[in-house]
Amino acid sequence: MSTLATHEERALPHLTPNAGEPDVKVEDPVPAPLAPEAPPRRFKIDLITAAPWLVVLGLFIVWEIVCRGFDVPEFLLPAPSAVWAAGKEYWQPILLHAGQTSFTTLAGFAITVVVGVLMGALVGSSPIIYKALYPLLIGFNSIPKVAFVPVLVVWFGIGTIPAILTAFTISFFPVLVNVATGLATLEPELEDVLRSLGASRLDILRKVGLPRAMPYFFASLKIAITLAFVGSVISETVASNLGIGYLMMSASSSMNIPLVFAGLIVIGAMGVVMYELFAWLERRLTKWAHRGPNSGM
Amino acid sequence: MSFVRFENVSLAYTPGSPLAIQDVSLDIQEGEFISVVGPSGCGKSTLMKLVTGLKAPTGGYVYVGGRQVGGPLKIVGMAFQASNLLPWRTTLENVMLPLEIVEPFRSELKSKRKEFEEQARALIKRVGLAGFEDKFPWELSGGMQQRASICRALVHKPRLLMLDEPFGALDAFTREELWCMLRDLWQESPFTVVLVTHDLREAVFLADTVYVMSKRPGRILVKREIDLPRPRDLDVTYTDAFSAHVHVLREHIGHVRSH
Repeated sequence: MSTLATHEERALPHLTPNAGEPDVKVEDPVPAPLAPEAPPRRFKIDLITAAPWLVVLGLFIVWEIVCRGFDVPEFLLPAPSAVWAAGKEYWQPILLHAGQTSFTTLAGFAITVVVGVLMGALVGSSPIIYKALYPLLIGFNSIPKVAFVPVLVVWFGIGTIPAILTAFTISFFPVLVNVATGLATLEPELEDVLRSLGASRLDILRKVGLPRAMPYFFASLKIAITLAFVGSVISETVASNLGIGYLMMSASSSMNIPLVFAGLIVIGAMGVVMYELFAWLERRLTKWAHRGPNSGM
Repeated sequence: MSFVRFENVSLAYTPGSPLAIQDVSLDIQEGEFISVVGPSGCGKSTLMKLVTGLKAPTGGYVYVGGRQVGGPLKIVGMAFQASNLLPWRTTLENVMLPLEIVEPFRSELKSKRKEFEEQARALIKRVGLAGFEDKFPWELSGGMQQRASICRALVHKPRLLMLDEPFGALDAFTREELWCMLRDLWQESPFTVVLVTHDLREAVFLADTVYVMSKRPGRILVKREIDLPRPRDLDVTYTDAFSAHVHVLREHIGHVRSH
């Protein structure tokens, strides 16, 4: 397309009879802006995709340089190379414990989604329930969950169940709040339109309330999944003999600090992967709500 | 009995609070196009809620179709100043929404989806939105959104169409285009219309009867029959007869506002 247009515009001054003035002036500016436009664009997009990797890489390089340069002892801060070596050496136990942590996190997160959506729907669609439950929920959310783990251990013993429940209790509040907000901010006119058609409360919830709350819901999932990791690792650290949290505890008690850091990095990486998964789901399922130029955020 | 009948209707939103409208009596015939004008906050929208049964009167009686209104009616289509289209649905899906809720369409939707879709597409084409059926609301201009909103209000063939300042947020040219669109739809197969508006020219151009409401508590002050011959062309808005109607109504409104 663009090349065609250029040729035509170029040809025009020669063909038109009144082109008395020197042609060069007209001809010159036309092709100039067209050619160099494409390459910088592509470079820019590449930079955006590469930026997070570059930052992580840069961090590791600086870290390595600092450790070697200042000769930092390994039991204080192991260099990335040492952490990598520990990861390579202990990859089997790391995989086992990471699997356990993923399981407890996802199980807790699944409960969060179900309970968060149900309670959010309740709280968001009834002002009375909202008034009645909110102080209690906020109070519960203010309790540091690490303080609650011993209670869970008394009830369920150490191990998997407290980890799942901690992941759930720490992550369900944002889901509940967001779903409730999405439902409660429904435009009254829209509700009138539907009610004047004879729609039941359930109809309104299904046709408008829930779809409208979806962007709020997905935004909260991204927060909730990272919180769920925090919850399960806390519980594993305090009361478990399985999971990354436990691995780090036992590694630090035997002064294997590189392994502790390997565990930290594995947790961080799992969090990023889960976050990206839900961000991707969000973009797929609520395209309508993300249509600006910065829709990737 | 007339199609819509108000007998000395009053409404206070909460018991004991000042009345939003007071002692309103009016009759609307089947197929009549009426318009309600008045200063802001005079209870025009309250009137709409009463007709559609979204609110029950605190005093008096509201009848629609010969029966007293005792809950949301199902024969009504509504459109507001904001188009209120659902952003996750395309134009066609938005227009189809009432068919998913109102009986008998609701239970027939599975078996007759093709047929209903054809009807909806025909209506969309009719209001000049052909080619935009599968676009999302944010891809439409304000005027187009309002066209779609009116389609949604009409798709289930309601006997009563309630319009609450539907053209209020549009520019003057688009507004006149939409007047003509509404006029044509109504002329084709008359249904009863209640149009609440601030725009006196709009009221006179479209309606058979214009009601002027007072400040709060809203009362009907004037009922004015618009005897301009139909079908009305936009040119009619430049005639003396048209101006005379607008002028008289304007004077009443001015009177209301200053007292």
